[in-house]
Amino acid sequence: MIQKFAESLSTQPYIQSLIYGAICSTLILGVSALCVMSLIFLERKVSAWMQSRLGPNRVGPRGLLQMIADGIKLIRKEDIVHDQIMKFLFNLAPCIAVAAPFAAFATVPFADGVQVVDFQLGIIYVFALTGFSVVGILIAGYASVNRYSLLGALRATAQMISYEIPMIIALLGVLCFTETLSLRETVLYQQTHGWNILYAPVSFIIFFIAATAECNRAPFDLVEAESELVAGFHTEYAGIKFAMFFFGEYIAMMLACSLTVVIFMGGWLAPFGFLPFEVGSILYTVWGLGWFAAKVALLLFTMMWFRWTFPRLRIDQLMVFCWKVLIPISMVNLLIMAVISALIKG
Amino acid sequence: MNFEEKLASQLKPEEYLINIGPQHPSTHGVLRLLVTLEGEIIKNVEPDIGYLHRCFEKICENRTYPMGIPMTDRMDYLGAMLNNLGYALAAEKLGEIEVPVRSQWIRIIVCELNRIASHLLWLAAFGADTGALTMFMFGLRERELVLDILEQASGSRLTYGYIRIGGVARDVDKTFIKKTNEFIKLFPAKLKEYETLLGGNPIFHERTKNVGTMSRETALSFGVTGPMLRSTGLAQDLRKNCSYLPYDQLDFEVASNNHPDCYGRYLVRMKEMGESLKIVEQALEKLQDGEIMPKMKPIFKPKKGEAYVKIEAPRGQFGVYMESDGKNKPHRVKFRAPSFSNLSVINTIAKGGLVADLIVILGSIDIVLGDVDR
Repeated sequence: MIQKFAESLSTQPYIQSLIYGAICSTLILGVSALCVMSLIFLERKVSAWMQSRLGPNRVGPRGLLQMIADGIKLIRKEDIVHDQIMKFLFNLAPCIAVAAPFAAFATVPFADGVQVVDFQLGIIYVFALTGFSVVGILIAGYASVNRYSLLGALRATAQMISYEIPMIIALLGVLCFTETLSLRETVLYQQTHGWNILYAPVSFIIFFIAATAECNRAPFDLVEAESELVAGFHTEYAGIKFAMFFFGEYIAMMLACSLTVVIFMGGWLAPFGFLPFEVGSILYTVWGLGWFAAKVALLLFTMMWFRWTFPRLRIDQLMVFCWKVLIPISMVNLLIMAVISALIKG
Repeated sequence: MNFEEKLASQLKPEEYLINIGPQHPSTHGVLRLLVTLEGEIIKNVEPDIGYLHRCFEKICENRTYPMGIPMTDRMDYLGAMLNNLGYALAAEKLGEIEVPVRSQWIRIIVCELNRIASHLLWLAAFGADTGALTMFMFGLRERELVLDILEQASGSRLTYGYIRIGGVARDVDKTFIKKTNEFIKLFPAKLKEYETLLGGNPIFHERTKNVGTMSRETALSFGVTGPMLRSTGLAQDLRKNCSYLPYDQLDFEVASNNHPDCYGRYLVRMKEMGESLKIVEQALEKLQDGEIMPKMKPIFKPKKGEAYVKIEAPRGQFGVYMESDGKNKPHRVKFRAPSFSNLSVINTIAKGGLVADLIVILGSIDIVLGDVDR
């Protein structure tokens, strides 16, 4: 639809794609900003529920406007920095932290046909960008000229690079079956063969654990472990720059859950192949979007559940867990999956 | 050359100095730790104390005996009842005052409830130190109930000033007993809940087992007391064979075990909460009508002499030394604070660990800076 609109405005292909890109990114930015706001609100409500508190309930009906109030507060806040920071890098870091996970949404198929670009190397593109977001954190820790920040940044680098390995190995097991790197085709494969989580439960668990670690969520939140490192890499950030890190963290969380849903839980597909609408109709798209959102919400809730019930790991235990537990298991898993797929496919 | 510069001048090229506190989320008050690190490995920890020093010992010399009680409230503000008790006992020893039986039982009840409240706050903060934030809320939730009970008796929630020289400030009423009984029924289930939420979690075991290990010799040489000492296997508790309150008529165990690490300290405190609850339950049954204050002269003027009293506070042995020169004000008062001695061991047990360990160890020591600095 947007493609057609862009084509109607201009005949030049590159202007068409510029318009298309601008519209799509504005849409995604708007929608994801809304999602992040509701996600933060939800996180606060869920944590309150788990801790037998009430949570935000003063601003607006049932506290629904709390996030808007917080957002306005953060934007208007004075940007306090000390005079030894490396200014350019310091300002660049939050931009990277937001931009990287945000750009990765370009290939995520939200529903049939609701996808910005469907290219053949979608999965590699997504992983390249999530790997890039660690650069933002590293720069933030380095440019802050603060020992707590630096410690946080070093932890982040070690952690995010390590956990990418089991994540990708777990994924390879699935790729043996689906034989595609496009996220859309991964979903279409699951339409005919059933959800991947049924074939590859071990991969799913490893992938989800590693994804939680990738977005620095508890129990892997060593990067900003507030009881040790005050606030880790964003100790020196205030106001809108802090808000951008916060925003980036939640976008990364949504991205991780979206990927898990697309790769393992059938993306926009309803369970048991339940299909009340004609494929290709508007209603079918809405139906798919609904299922996608529901599955992502379920995973997000699980992540919140982790966060509010688990203690935090220590940095060496985190590394041991990755290198001595997750990677060997994912290797064996990959081997088994490869053998099975070879046997099935002859 | 000040303390920090001196430490900084001794650094090796691969080491650096990091300042934890006095404003830090998990120093449990205004404690400053100068930590020498190599990467994340701790080479040296120097606690810098005194930010909360309020000269209580000197102030006590300039106030009459009963006026010293509010000072003790503000030392270990999480176990204020027991500080009151120590002070009152010392003054009673000097003045040779006999405490009425009813008051003695009330003292046991409020002190053990206060011990539960103190350990609950410790558990909450320890959960937060290890990263389990929900434990923080759960611990405080039940502490609130204890504080309600203590408020019912004393009128305040933190600085009670309830135990006075000779007895207690006012008698407990029916509501107090009803609330206490309700709490006794409720609390064992909550203890199990904590065990499922925090104590049974494998990550928690990883974080606390073999962290901050301390031998019994180290503990004794540093004057470490309380749950920290009991976790080294020495069942040393002043409430057993004690002379200051009728604990010998009650049936309870001293919590001790042979895990001289952070996990052992967790176990000791968890068990102690259960035992304290048992004590409260039994003491409530023994509570009979009677006087709460003996007949005393309006102005308390003990004879010349000195007295030393030690009691088992939530954090260890709390000692009060009091010297009288026959006037209505003490000539000298000295408090032996358990947190102070317990904190001194931190450099020995935290060396070689990681930064994250330091926070857990600090949490497991259970310091109250009001108690350390006085």
